[in-house]
Order: sequence, then structure tokens, then C-alpha cells
Amino acid sequence: MSTTIFVPCDSAALALGAEKVAKAILAEAEKRKLDIQIIRNGSRGLFWLEPLVEIATDKGRIAYGPVQASDVTSLFDANFLAGGSHPLFLGLTEELSYLKNQQRLTFARVGITDPTSLDDYLAHDGYRGLKNALATTGVDIVKQVTDSGLRGRGGAAFPTGIKWNTVLNTPAEQKYILCNADEGDSGTYSDRMVMEDDPFVLIEGMTIAGIAVGATQGYIYLRCEYPHSHKALNKAITKAYEAGYLGGNILGSGKKFDLEVRLGAGAYICGEETSLMESLEGKRGLVRFKPPLPAICGLFGKPTVVNNVISLASVPIILDKGGEYYKNFGMGRSRGTLPIQLAGNLKQPGLIELAFGVTLRELLYDYGGGSASGRPIKAVQVGGPLGAYLPESQFDTQLDYEAFAAIWAVLGHGGIVAFDDTVDMAEMARYSMEFCKIESCGKCTPCRIGSTRGMEVIEDIMKGHDLNKNIPLLRDLCNTLLNGSLCALGGMTPYPVLSALNHFPADFGITNQADAA
Amino acid sequence: MSMTPEKDFGTPAISATQMVNLEIDGFQVIAPAGTSVMRAASSIGIDIPKLCATDSIEPFGSCRLCVVEIKGGRGMPASCTTPIAEGMVVTTQNKKLADVRRGVMELYISDHPLDCLTCAANGDCELQDMAGAVGLREVRYNPAGENHLNSVKDESNPYFTFDPSKCIVCSRCVRACEETQGTFALTIDGRGFDSKVSPSQNQPFMDSECVSCGACVQACPTATLMEKSVIDHGTPEHAVVTTCAYCGVGCSFRAEMKGSQVIRMVPNKDGKANHGHSCVKGRFAFGYATHKDRITKPMIRKSIKDHWQEVTWEEAINYAASELKRIQEKHGKDSIGGITSSRCTNEETYLVQKLIRAGFGNNNVDTCARVCHSPTGYGLKQTFGESSGTQNFDSVMKADVIMVIGANPTDGHPVFGSQMKKRLRQGAKLIVVDPREIDLVRTPHVAANYHLKLRPSSNVALINAIAHVVVTESLVDEEFVKSRCDVESFNKWRNFIADKRHAPEATESITGVPAADIRAAAKLYASAKNGAIYYGLGVTEHSQGSTMVIGIANLAMATGNLGREGVGVNPLRGQNNVQGSCDMGSFPHEYPGYRHVSDKATRQLFEQNWGVSLQPEPGLRIPNMFDAASDGSFLGLYVEGEDIAQSDPDIQHVHHALRSMECVIVQDLFLNETAKFAHVFLPGSSFLEKNGTFTNAERRISPVRKVMPALASYEDWEITQMLSNAMGYPMNYNHPSEIMAEIARLTPSFSGVSYEKIDQLGSIQWPCTDDTPEGTPTMHEHEFMRDNGKGLFMLTEFVASQEKVTQKFPLILTTGRILSQYNVGAQTRRTENNAWHAEDLLEIHPHDAEDRGLKDQDWVGIKSRAGETVLRAKISERVQPGVVYTTFHFPESGANVITTDNSDWATNCPEYKVTAVQVSKVSHPSEWQQDYQAFSERQLELLAKE
Repeated sequence: MSTTIFVPCDSAALALGAEKVAKAILAEAEKRKLDIQIIRNGSRGLFWLEPLVEIATDKGRIAYGPVQASDVTSLFDANFLAGGSHPLFLGLTEELSYLKNQQRLTFARVGITDPTSLDDYLAHDGYRGLKNALATTGVDIVKQVTDSGLRGRGGAAFPTGIKWNTVLNTPAEQKYILCNADEGDSGTYSDRMVMEDDPFVLIEGMTIAGIAVGATQGYIYLRCEYPHSHKALNKAITKAYEAGYLGGNILGSGKKFDLEVRLGAGAYICGEETSLMESLEGKRGLVRFKPPLPAICGLFGKPTVVNNVISLASVPIILDKGGEYYKNFGMGRSRGTLPIQLAGNLKQPGLIELAFGVTLRELLYDYGGGSASGRPIKAVQVGGPLGAYLPESQFDTQLDYEAFAAIWAVLGHGGIVAFDDTVDMAEMARYSMEFCKIESCGKCTPCRIGSTRGMEVIEDIMKGHDLNKNIPLLRDLCNTLLNGSLCALGGMTPYPVLSALNHFPADFGITNQADAA
Repeated sequence: MSMTPEKDFGTPAISATQMVNLEIDGFQVIAPAGTSVMRAASSIGIDIPKLCATDSIEPFGSCRLCVVEIKGGRGMPASCTTPIAEGMVVTTQNKKLADVRRGVMELYISDHPLDCLTCAANGDCELQDMAGAVGLREVRYNPAGENHLNSVKDESNPYFTFDPSKCIVCSRCVRACEETQGTFALTIDGRGFDSKVSPSQNQPFMDSECVSCGACVQACPTATLMEKSVIDHGTPEHAVVTTCAYCGVGCSFRAEMKGSQVIRMVPNKDGKANHGHSCVKGRFAFGYATHKDRITKPMIRKSIKDHWQEVTWEEAINYAASELKRIQEKHGKDSIGGITSSRCTNEETYLVQKLIRAGFGNNNVDTCARVCHSPTGYGLKQTFGESSGTQNFDSVMKADVIMVIGANPTDGHPVFGSQMKKRLRQGAKLIVVDPREIDLVRTPHVAANYHLKLRPSSNVALINAIAHVVVTESLVDEEFVKSRCDVESFNKWRNFIADKRHAPEATESITGVPAADIRAAAKLYASAKNGAIYYGLGVTEHSQGSTMVIGIANLAMATGNLGREGVGVNPLRGQNNVQGSCDMGSFPHEYPGYRHVSDKATRQLFEQNWGVSLQPEPGLRIPNMFDAASDGSFLGLYVEGEDIAQSDPDIQHVHHALRSMECVIVQDLFLNETAKFAHVFLPGSSFLEKNGTFTNAERRISPVRKVMPALASYEDWEITQMLSNAMGYPMNYNHPSEIMAEIARLTPSFSGVSYEKIDQLGSIQWPCTDDTPEGTPTMHEHEFMRDNGKGLFMLTEFVASQEKVTQKFPLILTTGRILSQYNVGAQTRRTENNAWHAEDLLEIHPHDAEDRGLKDQDWVGIKSRAGETVLRAKISERVQPGVVYTTFHFPESGANVITTDNSDWATNCPEYKVTAVQVSKVSHPSEWQQDYQAFSERQLELLAKE
């Protein structure tokens, strides 16, 4: 009987040699005349174990990792096809504590299925949400999404149901569903994993959104740096069309929804929803002012739902199991789960989907295993390059939008980047300004000029020049950026800068507290 | 007269009926829904600091100076982009807002030269104003930081400079180029700190797509885009509102002055024809007024072979009068006449025709409208009852389908062209009927739905085909026809036009336009909620010019596209006062107000007022004058402001006529081509040197105001008055307002017009009567101006032009004009506008060029049965095979050496647009050009002082 072997095709695994491993396994099996079948699944998200090879057994999938091509002969020698003992043997995948304690709702299939197999998707509860959606009204779909408490996972955490409701109630000949897949925050990759490892869930989520608000056209605005996502999405979209899950008559309902992937051209700012729309319209990626809201006057001037990948990918399970089911996860006003992405100086970086409420410390130490370097963790940046730096004293903060807001921090897209005690926080603050400078669209003055000046002021501070003048200047500049910027790029750059300054004044050469003012 | 700047409300006005109440800084404000917080505040005198906002363009929200706080709202929204809401409570000034504003300004100034005192915008700089307003007192940033202070200045444009070191990247220039002008020549290149304004592909302005309209200069809040004249002379100290003397758009300008020197012409935001927009001519090309070629002393000579003698005004006037009297005594009353011009004011034109009718005692008066829009006058008078366009320019903003026939608005009427493009970008559909691919056919974000690329001379066949489709495909607006038109004439016309000889399929061989396109275009126009027709000289300057105008009028009536905003029949007048000069009775058969000289009641009215008896028979038209001169029966001519020796067709015939006359009196700014044949030269005054009014293409009477003394001492109306007095017919006006008062007294459609009212309203669209005291934007709203109030349909049988292609003359030459030059070029050729167009070129299709072995820039001979000239070739697919095209801005080009004596059957308007020619490669100028050059050089020598 043929043995099924899973070798991930996720780019994290590929980057670590998964392709060579898959070829080596095939070659070795042929040599040994063993009947095997390799399935290229997505990644389980345990990156320090990638390439993570799994063998399907009666007891469940057994994991080995991290596997290199050079390990393959010894794995065969150890009879890994039957779950044999080997230094890389990890046991049953589902029993790995990193995975076992997660609450995978959005990522339920990720790492388990063949990403572009519609059969596999259907076999793992796929398209149940869409079927429910087709059986009810737009108003009811929007109500379920509202009831679920789902908030925008791109970072702004705006209630998804309210946004949808606005589009639903804005009459127009044409409406759009726009997926923001321009995942550009450093240390984040959950969007990529969904698109590469379970593209159908995004397609299903967008289709449900279209049916809910009466939009017949969807676009996925994908960053061009994600070629594997591009391929996976297009393949899945083709299959969805072939099987009647997209197109002019979805599952015979008479409802229409078309979907297309469009590639960005490398600008971070095009992840900001209004520049994204400008870019999609073929213009310079310049931020638009709001109002009008995109939900009323969005892409090509039409009502548009603009949602992040994770927001949309969370919709199918809400429609499958009901808003109430989803809402029962989480805490306070942060309902459901968040796919958290651990990165930076950690032993065990990876994707952890958990209900809101987990603390940073649990994530950094129970999941992340502490720093990779073995040195103390000095700071973590949560929420991408525009998120605040948190010192050890704040590691007990629960992951919750309001709890983070209370300490002048953001959860953002759920990316956590850890730094050990060798980091120079003044340099990190300088880099935040440089990032803003590099990525600024140039429309508003605070961001256009302020980012360059901010970098220069911090450089002067790092050289110890006139701190009495430069520290207040930096604070004034941050005030201008914070209150005066047109969008979140300039508006949030003060978060990393000021948090670094406030929590780590010594790194800025400030020796007594009076100078920090 | 003061230099008080025009108020800038920051964002455009909103015309909503729903009003919204809010509170700003404790004051109650009420404003139309959709108005920005900034504008609402400005309306009660609260000026929120701003830099990227200006009320001529849509808000952008980039500078962040205008942030405010709104009770219950988050953060600090920009007041320019935030619409007002009922019950909103806005705070525009507090410490937090002040901190952000000062922070923004500190950033601006950290990348701006600190040379205010030596900057050309000193005192006229919004950045400077705002730095003051927000109380910026220091810039704390390290001066060694990255900056743009060493950016290179672009001085390529002759009229303005672009200094990127002073740029604050507010994008006002970019947005003005897009929204106001519609050229999209400017963009922002790069992003973030590297963002910079870029003409086209980062090119110098002159190499870019920029058309030098000046909208960007106008929009710039700093010295980045700055008039060279201001750099040279400093800021102006007073301003006078006047009206442009170029095309028939009639833009309102503020002449910004230093003493009697014009520093710059700035489009007037309150101007109802231009709404603060301008083109390269009106905005910048005013230097001709003080050009060294200006003649400022009267001159006389016995013969055109003699040297000119400078004399006193008295001598010149007396000499002219004595010569005219001598000729009349010897050859009869009718042996002299005069020509007035569409470039003169209404008052001047009125006075010239009065001089001729009352002083000369004949009706031998004509105007250059003879050679441009006389068929419009005739055709629209016959059908609608009034010789004028039916709408105002703003009407185009309500048009859903726009048909442009034989007009090139982006070149000929650029400011209106921009307005039309704006409407087209909003989604109106476009049909272009033109043998040539004008810019409008495809320009940024505008594309014609149909370009009916017809053969020259087939206009009437085409309009008949369109009308045929309307009639036979049930597209007639029966209700309109029944209630508003002469039904009998309609029925007759319907039968006529329904005949299948007019079907698009039948006329395809004449027009060269695919029948399917005509059918589709006809349906598009006829089915439009509002369909508007705009046309130009491509309609009138044909042997069937009047027929075509009537055809257009028929079509508009049949489809009900008259009598409201968004529709109409709109002739685009070539010169500044074509409408006015026609209104003023400068045609030989009509008194002011288009009343025939044979009409006894009217004649008696004028006889009583003028105290003379008047001739009941029409006098000579221009071509008749030339014929009579060649015959020896017409020997004295008074020409004011027109250059017949360059602009009229079959120029060798004109030259012969001029040489045959005994006394040619030219009143002009320059020794123009006609003056080279003259015996008396009376130096005239430019539009900057006189008072009066111009009437534009939309019947708008606008003020012309004297901003500098007349260089030759007298305004033109004064010169005419002196001549009249010397002729023995007394005139005694002290000011043009008295002339207008007389016009109003004697002309019903002008009865409500006065200088006081023009000053009060800014401008007035006639008819202005007791019923319509503030003028009439839209004509024929309830009934047509004909006696019975009904629109008249007239039959329009197509008759082929006599000008046909033959083996000898296988190509059709058609003529037109270009943006940077104006008409015969007497003005624009004496400005830097030559940088764009220094010579007339012959556009020829690559196939025709290939057949003749022609390459771009080759010298080509163009020969017609009238004459021959030589131009350089420009190979272009804008023209269709079989058609060649040129402009007529340079006298040496001799475009009118080739044009023939064919003319409109009704009005004698020359058939400039159709001349059969042959084109071949040559190595030297034509014989005519060589002769003419020698003559011209000799004439300039005769001008030199002995």
C-alpha cells in the first residue's frame, strides 16, 4: 500500500530546502522501490522545524524535522515511513505542544491540506460557509459577521460587520470586494500563509462578502514579492471557476461573483487602503483623504469593502459555525482568534493562532522558547514597523486591542518581533524614521519632510549633539506626525520612536530623567 | 484699482439647495451641504491657515495646516477635505492645533531657501503669509540636513520660471494642469522626500506637453512658478479688470500694473467666461502692445512708392478727409468706404459704421466677420431669428452629448476648450466632425466616441445624413417641434430630408464617412438628454457655409436641443469681438441689432438720431469693394484694425485692388500688410490703451479698460471721431460710455445696457432689455426670436463646391489656426509665442508625402489655380490622405495666395477651407514670395526716416 508523505510547499519551508527534500525522498523511494505518494501541503507554522516532513499513519500524521536532503537516506534507513525512530523524530504532529494548544479557526486547514486541491478543501469543511450564505440574505450574513465581533485584522481593528453594513446600504450599480494582500509589515506572514497554504478559504470569504453586500467583482491586491501566493491563488481561482464556486451563477444560485488577482509594484504605502485603490486604478499610489469612506466611495468611486486577508479568511468559519461560535473566543471587545506571528530573536518562531487574551510573556517564552541567542529579551515590537516597542515590564499585557491601546501600543496585524539585550533602541528609533522616509508616498507634509528630519534628529541625538534641543524637537516632531499626518504611516511612526525613547532613554544617551522630557 | 488679492475660499463653491447649520469658533454658520469646513469658515471671515487648498481646484488634504478639531470627532481632520454636517461644532484655533501647524511650517521651512527679501514672490507668497499666521519663530532642524535647495531652475519657458528649490510639493500646479486646463502635463515624480514636480517625463517645461496656459503659475503659492515679468520688475501695485483682446472666449483679466506698465495679466476668478482660467495668449502674450514695431506718429504719403512722412494728427486727419472728399467729388458718393474689425471695441465699430453711413453717406461698410462668421449671422437669423449663439459657455457643463463641428477648441478657444474637456472627463459623450484629427479626438482622459472624419466641402451632405437618420429612425422631438417650431416648414423639411438621397449610405461616397458611424453618432446626439453643438469656421468658410449653419439649426430644432441649459447651437467666434462687430451694424446691409437698411422704420430712427438722411440700399461687401477698386469705381478706403492684405482670400487680387486705390487709410498698431499699400497711417491703440466693451461668443458684453495711456495719444474711437469731424459730420463724444448709451437708445436688444450696469454685474449677455434687465444666458427659452416666435426649418440641398480635385490639383488644402498664434499674427508674432510656432507648416499625410518623395521639413511648393507658395512640410497622420493643412499666421507664408475667390452663396464668406492644390518638392520660395519679400522690404525702407 502506498505511503503518503507530506512535504510543505510553503515558502518558509522552501527557503529551508523543502524542494530538495521532496526530490531526495522521491529518488530514495524509487531506489528502494517503495510505493510512496508525496503531498505538498502547507506549513504547520513551526518554522524552526521546517522542512517538517510528515508521514500519514493509522495513528495520525507523524512528524520529522527539520529535515534536510542529506537526512533522507538515514530517514529511510530508520524506516520513517512506518514512524521509525530517528534523531529528527518529533512524534504525532497534532500532539506537538506548540500546535496542540492553539485554537486554529482561520488556520484550521493550513499545513494539513494540499492548498490548491478543491477536493481536499471540501473534505476539510470547505465551502460550508458559502452554502449557508447562499441560503440566507445579505442582511443576515452581515448580521452574523457583526455578531461574531470580527474586527479588521489588517491592524486598524475596525468592526468588519459595520463596514460591510455600510456597503450593503449604499446603493450603487457596481460594488467591489477588495482584499488587501499587500502584507508589507516586517515580521508578519499570516496573510502569505493563508494564500499559499489555504487559498480557497480567502476565495470563499470574498465570495461570501460579495454576496452579502451585493458586490459582483472582487480583487486581491497582492504584493509582487509573493510569487508563490500568486500562483496558488490563481490556481485555486481557476478551480473555483471550473467548479462553479466563482462566476456568473455561483452553485446555481444565480448570484455572481468574479475574482481577480492584481499585483502591486513594491510600494509599502499601497498597503494603505486608499493608496491601494489608487494603485489598482492605475494611478500613483497616493493616499486619499477620508471621508469619503471607501465603503461609500471606494474603488473607481464605487462602494467597496476593503478587508485584510485574515479578516476575509475568517468569514467562512463564521458563516459555517455562526457568529456566536466565533464570538465565544477572545476577551473584552477583541473577539475570536488572532493568528500571531512570532519572529526575530526567538528559538521557536512561527504561527500561533489563539483567542485574544494570551499574554506576550506566554507567547515569547512558552511558544517562542525565549531568545535564540540565549540572552535576555530586551524589547519586542508588536504590530509591524509602526508598532510600539514594549519592554520586559509590559510582557504581561494580554493580547487585546484595548489593553494594548491602554499602554500606547498596537496589536496591528499580530506580528511580534523580539530583540535581545544587544539591541540599540536609538538605532531602532532611527530606523523607524528611515522606514517612514523610504516608504512615504510624499503627499502630506509631516510624513514627506518629517520622516527625513526625524532620522536626522535621531542621528544627531545618537552622536550626543545638543540633547537639550534635540530631544524636545524629536517629541515635537512626533506630535506633528501623530496629529498631522494624512494616514497611519506618518501617523504611527511616533509609536516605535517614542516608545523606544520613553522605555529606553539610556540608549539615547539620556542619563537623567529630566533630559527625557 | 487696489491690489487687494481676490478672496480665496480654499475649496470650490458647492451649489446644493440643502443648507446645513454648524458652529465654528462659537459663530453660527449656514452653508450648502457638501461645503468644506474650510469654505464655511471662510464665508464668515474665519480664515483657517492653508497651503495646498485653493478654491479653483478640488481639495487635496496634503499640507495639513488647515487641521481643526470637531467636537465628538477623533484627531485633527483637515478642514479642506471635511464636509460640514448639521450641528457640527468646529474649533479652528487652540494650542494643540497651533502646535501642529507650527510643526508643519517648521518642516516646510527646513527645506526652503531663506531668501524672502530677495525672492520674486516677496509680499505675494502664501508660504510667507502662513509662516506669519502660525507664528513660526525658529527652525530648529539641523541646517546640514537633506534638502532641495540646490535644485536647478528651469527657465526654458519664455514667460515663467520653475524653481524647484522653492517648491513645497503642494501639487496645486499638478492639479491645476489636470483639473483646470486638462492637459495633464505635470506630475509628481518620485515619492516621499524625493517627490518633485515634473513636467512630462521629467523634461524642461518647453520640451514637455505644457501648453503654457499659466494655470500652474496661477495656482502656485510660492515663487516656484513665477512670471519672468515679476522677477524682472517686482510685484505690481494696482490692478484693473479688463477683457482679453484675443479669441472669442473673451476672458476677464486683472491687468496687474506698476504705474502704466503691465506687469502681468492674471485671469479674473470672477470672470464669467473663464472663471479664472487663461491661455498662453491672453495670459502672457501682451508684450506686442509695447513692441518696438508700434507706430506712434501719424504718417502720410502721396504714393505707396513714396517715403512715409510723420505729420501731426491734425495734418494726417485733414489730409485723409480731403482725399476722401476729393475722391467722392470726382467719382461719386459711393466711391469710398470702410472696413471695421472684430478686434475693435463695440463702441469703435459702431462709430466706424456711423461715420460711413452718416459721414460718407453710403453703406459701404463691412467687417472681417465677412470672412469668418457671416454665415452664422445669416443662418441663425433665418432659422432662430437672432444672429447669435444660443447659450453661455457654462451651459456645456450640463451637456450630455457634445458635437464639435469644424472647430478646434483646444487651439482656437483654449479656455473654453478646457471647460469642455472638464465636462467630457465627467462623462459627457463626444462627436467630432472634422477632416483632421484635432487634439480633442484623443487627449488625456478624453476620447471622441465618434470622429466623423469627413472630406472638406462635404459638410452639408454630412449634416443632412445625420438629420436623415433622426427623421427616419423616429428620433424627432415631436413635442418640441409642434410647440416651438413652424410646423409647415418642418413638414416640408421632413419630407425633404427623409429622401433616401440624404441617407448616410447614399452620401458615404461624398463625405467619406462610414454610414454606420453617422447613424450611430446621429442616434447618440438625438437621444441625449442634452445635446449641444459647437462649431467654428470649418462650418462657415465654405461655399455652402450658410446652408451648413441652417442644417445645424434644423438638427438642433428637430431634436429639441434648444431653449435650456446644456443644449444649443454654439458658434465659437474667432476673434474677441466678432459677435460685437456684427451686433454693431458693421455689415453693409444692417444697422446695429441686425435690422436691414431697407427697413423704413429703423432707418428713420437712425436718420432722426443722426440728423442725416441714410441710404436705403445695402452697400458694398469686402469682396465687392476689391472688385470695384480693380474696376476703378472704388478708390478710397478707411480700414480700422484689420489686415485684409494678409487675411483675405486670393491675396493677389486683394493686393491688386489696394494698389488701384487712391487713398487707403490704415488705422492700426503696426505697419501691417495692408498698411504697406496705404497712403495715410493713423496709429491706433491696443486694448490696454482704451475704454470700451467686447462681446464674446456667448453674447457677453465685457468691459475693456484703459490701463495705460494711448501710445499715439488717441483711443481709436477718438481717431474715428476726428476723421468724421474733418469730413464734415460732427461727432462729439467725451467717453465711450456715451457711445454705448447711444447704442442702447437705438438698439432694442441692447436697451438695458449701460456702463454702470456692466461695472455692477461684471458683464452682461444681450438681449438686455426691460424684460431681461440682467441679460439673457440662454436664448429662445420660451419662443424663438422670429416675428411669429417659431423656429423655421429650411431646406439644405447639398451642392458640391466648384473647387474640385483634378489631376492637376489632386489634394484639398484646408486651413486653421494654432494655440500659440492668433489670426494674422500681428500681435502674437511680436511676442515670445514664436517659441512654439515660428513658421506656418504644411501638414501632409505620410502616403501623400511618400508619393511625392517628401520628408519632414522639406520645402514644398503648394499650387492652386489662384497662386503658388512655398512652406515646409510636416508629415502627420492628423490629416487624412488627400487633404493638406496649414495655418495662416505668417504673412510670408502666403496661405491666402493659394485660396480662391469661391465664397458662400448667401454672405460671400470665402471658402478658405477648400482649395484644390498640388504639392511638390521645391528648393526655393515661390515667385510670389520673392516678389512680396522685395515689396515688403522696400516698404519697411520707406518707413525709415529720411
